[in-house]
Amino acid sequence: MSDPGAEALIPALSETELAEIDAEIAHVPYRSAVAIDALKIVQAHRGWISDESLRAIARHLNMSPDELDGIATFYNLIYRQPVGDKVILLCNSISCWIKGCDSLQQKISEQLGISLGETTADNRYTLLPVTCLGACDKAPVLMVGDDLHEDVDDEALRHMFDESGGGA
Amino acid sequence: MSLDLPLTRNVSRDRAPTGFAAYEANGGYLGLRAAVGKLTPAECLQIIKDSNLRGRGGAGFPTGMKWSFVPMENPGGGHKYLICNADEMEPGTFKDRLLLECDPHQLIEGMICSAYTIQADVAYIFIRAEYHKATKLLQEAIAACYDKGYLGKDILGSGYNLEMQVHSSAGRYICGEETALISSLEGKRANPRAKPPFPQVSGLWGRPTIVNNVETLCNIHHIIERGADWFQALGLTEDAGTKLYGVSGRVKNPGCWELPIGTPIREIIEKHAGGMEDGYQLRGFLPGGGSTDFLTTEHLDLAMDYNTIGKAGSRMGTGTMIILDDKTCPVGFVKNLMEFFARESCGFCTPCRDGLPWSAQVLDDIERGQGRPEDMETLARQVDYIGAIGNTHCALAPGAMEPLQSAMKYFREDFERHISGGACPWCDGGSH
Repeated sequence: MSDPGAEALIPALSETELAEIDAEIAHVPYRSAVAIDALKIVQAHRGWISDESLRAIARHLNMSPDELDGIATFYNLIYRQPVGDKVILLCNSISCWIKGCDSLQQKISEQLGISLGETTADNRYTLLPVTCLGACDKAPVLMVGDDLHEDVDDEALRHMFDESGGGA
Repeated sequence: MSLDLPLTRNVSRDRAPTGFAAYEANGGYLGLRAAVGKLTPAECLQIIKDSNLRGRGGAGFPTGMKWSFVPMENPGGGHKYLICNADEMEPGTFKDRLLLECDPHQLIEGMICSAYTIQADVAYIFIRAEYHKATKLLQEAIAACYDKGYLGKDILGSGYNLEMQVHSSAGRYICGEETALISSLEGKRANPRAKPPFPQVSGLWGRPTIVNNVETLCNIHHIIERGADWFQALGLTEDAGTKLYGVSGRVKNPGCWELPIGTPIREIIEKHAGGMEDGYQLRGFLPGGGSTDFLTTEHLDLAMDYNTIGKAGSRMGTGTMIILDDKTCPVGFVKNLMEFFARESCGFCTPCRDGLPWSAQVLDDIERGQGRPEDMETLARQVDYIGAIGNTHCALAPGAMEPLQSAMKYFREDFERHISGGACPWCDGGSH
């Protein structure tokens, strides 16, 4: 199969995205081996993987869209629906459960008006559960975007989602 | 007495990362210099075999023996791979994060020495996506090693070549299983593979591959530099070396400490973790992560090593304990774990894909006071069938049965109280 690298064939991917994906392809024996990297690259630029993005990536990697979707939907950190500006990853594994992650979840839901899997109306936050975050000595923990918040209590929660942007 | 704790010698109280200069100033990369080009790969392998190092990711398989299955003849000249499993996600496990964030060069030095031993020419660090800080530190550390000639072509003039890169994952607990990890690194769904063939012979892209845990790899250059006898002498029992032990749950000082392997459980919980929080009593604990069998107060004086914990009916696993206290419901505890494992099943094998949600449902019924007496029999049958090694490709489902079967053994009356009383005795107390 010929390399479908011509820009006209893949209008949905930007030159930057293509360059980043091609840099990954250089390291592997066949194009589809970078499927996960490519999904992450496009998601980093667009926030999520739309059907259009999925088809464009699949075509660039010589895969069928269904095959790529089977991979995209397997991984919990590839988003096939739009998410907010920041994703809240709430650890609900055992050590955080012992330390009250269920009530933490309830408080976040009340504060932001969203349940697990939902995005706030202003599109700022999406709330998702996540596997043990490897900070069990500081339970309960959660991530807001790339930032880990440890020993989260009511006081910390009050300021976590302020207008300033939910940073640490 | 000051203990010899090689893995955390660069870990400061504030957990600040150790940079390249500080790492070298404290004896870093001496193991690399002692190994690459100075010893043959066979000599390095013999040292690791003699050291009795066992894999620190949970299974405890002897590292030297694992490596010895890699073919050293490479007539076609194709790639051989070393992969570091930095996909730490076992519930209650928080030890690799410490090594990755505080001393990234230690891992890289260990990996170079390991790759040299098996003559791998490409190395990957497969790291979970949420470890952003560690990913950045590792990328910087790798760049520094290329600049210095510790990675790339002709390392230290030895003629040995090694390329190394970091692969940031996209989630899913199952990626920590070594054949699933390989599938994921190939860009596929992370389904575990049937063995044989074993990865040592046919792993990443069908080539010889070794997958080792972060903590295992961090030991390698220390052992090569200081010798198998030194490593053996570090342990207090028949197991060798030190171990990162952790305690989480309702203890006064939850944390992670490097201690001689074989340190008594009581010492870890009472001295290092400060004992139970005021108002809480210890009822039991999982010794090494969410897929290990409960032990109880009668086991506190056991040595924390592979064989002793194995003989007591559990596994040392990752060495990070999760404490069950008297104000936490054991059924709720196991239900949380079962829901985790059901969610994280890759879905390939039926006992796991269909069995774990069933177990979780039964536990949920019991926890909500809707359980029936025959549910105990149902759970026992699930333990027998789902827990049997060989009914599934990988150890996820059998691992999920370990806390359940031991909870039914040690806390059976609590299960029965839920069923006979029609309610969770702990919920009324307001804990959960």
